[in-house]
Amino acid sequence: MIDDRGRLVTHPLIPLYDGQHIYMTSSILFSRKLEHIKGNPKVSVSISDPNAVRVERFRRATIQGDATVDDADLHSGWERVLPIWRKKEPAIDFFLGKRVALPLFFERAVIEIAPRRAFLWEDGDTSRQPTVFELMGAGR
Amino acid sequence: MSAPGRLLESISSRGYTHAVVAFVDDRGYPLSVATAFAVHADRGAILLEPVAGDEVAPPIGREVNVVFSHIRPQPGVGYDERRYVSLWGTLRPSDGHLELVPDRVQHWDEEEMTFFEFSERGVPQAHRYMERVSREQGRRIRPQLSRGWLFLRATRLPFLSATFIPVALGISVAALHGQWHWWLAILTLVAAACVHLGLNVANDVFDTLSGADQANVTPTQFSGGSRVILYGLLSMRQMVALMLGFYAVGAGIGLYLAVTRGFWPLFWIGVAGLFISLFYTAPPFRFVHRGIGELTVFLGFGPIMTIGAYYVQARAWSWEAIYASLPVGILVALILYVNEVPDRPGDAAAGKRTLPVRWSKDAVIAVYALAVAAAFGLIAGGAIAGVIPRPCILAVLAAPMAVPVYHALREHYDSPYRLMPFMGTNVQLHMATGMVLILGYVIAIVASHISGHPPAFLR
Repeated sequence: MIDDRGRLVTHPLIPLYDGQHIYMTSSILFSRKLEHIKGNPKVSVSISDPNAVRVERFRRATIQGDATVDDADLHSGWERVLPIWRKKEPAIDFFLGKRVALPLFFERAVIEIAPRRAFLWEDGDTSRQPTVFELMGAGR
Repeated sequence: MSAPGRLLESISSRGYTHAVVAFVDDRGYPLSVATAFAVHADRGAILLEPVAGDEVAPPIGREVNVVFSHIRPQPGVGYDERRYVSLWGTLRPSDGHLELVPDRVQHWDEEEMTFFEFSERGVPQAHRYMERVSREQGRRIRPQLSRGWLFLRATRLPFLSATFIPVALGISVAALHGQWHWWLAILTLVAAACVHLGLNVANDVFDTLSGADQANVTPTQFSGGSRVILYGLLSMRQMVALMLGFYAVGAGIGLYLAVTRGFWPLFWIGVAGLFISLFYTAPPFRFVHRGIGELTVFLGFGPIMTIGAYYVQARAWSWEAIYASLPVGILVALILYVNEVPDRPGDAAAGKRTLPVRWSKDAVIAVYALAVAAAFGLIAGGAIAGVIPRPCILAVLAAPMAVPVYHALREHYDSPYRLMPFMGTNVQLHMATGMVLILGYVIAIVASHISGHPPAFLR
């Protein structure tokens, strides 16, 4: 993402995908990224970490898109992505049980990204040319 | 090696598998792409492998952001080994690679700063964001908890064990002396609990006003206060009302007990309890700021509660009740004492000069060991001498629980979250000891009911 001074800012986050949009959630404790997105919705997501991406055939991808921040209900609005979050991170239910201990951590906004363009490296090797996908209709 | 040099070197030694280079592309979108890297800490540089493709190749001569991140999934539990390093600078070609000499750095490693502290340091940002969202939505946005959880958190209800033990002990001594009125026991317990909860809430109110809670960025389950005001879960006005409500109910029941069971003795015991409770953190006395908070907690949760509960039942004084309360008071004071250890930096910054703020690590740990020895020495000595019933000596069996707390203080004195489980053990030490002391009295009471002259070891 790009901050209000036009500088790039990159955060390690856990992306969720429902087949149309990419979702991420952010606690208000770490909400500068939300302010950046409100100022400039153009974002890029790099899916690149072999430790975090436990898939049989490791690939790398970069997705550019337009992001919106849903913070209409910080307390429970983000629970709409809980089903796909739970699927990816079953441990989330354990942390939800500790909500009383971390009340501000669970006041969260949803970052919803409509993909516009994607780059795919089939074998994860970015010294080779990627396959490029234009996705202007995706996520609409 | 300089701090930036050490940080660069850590990139090669801390398990980062790849770099992600981000730049702004021709369409104005950020573009982030992974690549391999090598660190040249001596030159303060990172060498990146080139990325193929005109559209995705990082640009020469323009600012880029290079991020290294690491996380280790722990299936079913979450993650550990979370860390990242973010570098900013301009790329230049170097022997077929891209060289970055960073001019700006940001990083976090949970081995250096726990996730809890990292989160706590984000509280001001959380408030700024809620204020922004409030402006955007035209209504006040604040964090929420369900009423039950909020009450539990705001009052720190689980700490009521510190009240239950001394009150139940005073009642038990009275029962052994043939004085037992169950409704008075319940009223005494409720009154004492209200004063204790009033203290907990007052502690939050005055620690927020003095800045002690804001200065503390390493709160734990047992220390650092409830933080409900700091987090915006309740307002200062709501907490003051809650505090006054608890004190009013506690004082009201106390007055009723005084009127019905002996006015002046119970009046002065109640005044002493309320005085300690309120001025533990409240000005002008602020006992905890003056290094006598631990002593006042010993008095309040030891002799004052126990003799008060005894007097309500028996309408008389009892040296035995006072003696029995001493180890309990010491162990409650030690809960506070150990819980103050991780609060030291915040307390010192707010002028709250508790004993762990004033004393060295060695002195704090030595006094802990001495106080534990004194508590169990009083139990053993009292039981052997017959000051308290002999079955109470069983409470000495809880003493080994202090050993892991002692070692944890030695090993994790400066690591609040590693110390935290042992702070829990320290609470259990007080609970277990107090419960067995009470059990000792129950055994003696039952034995004396069964036989007019029970054997000496049951008396």
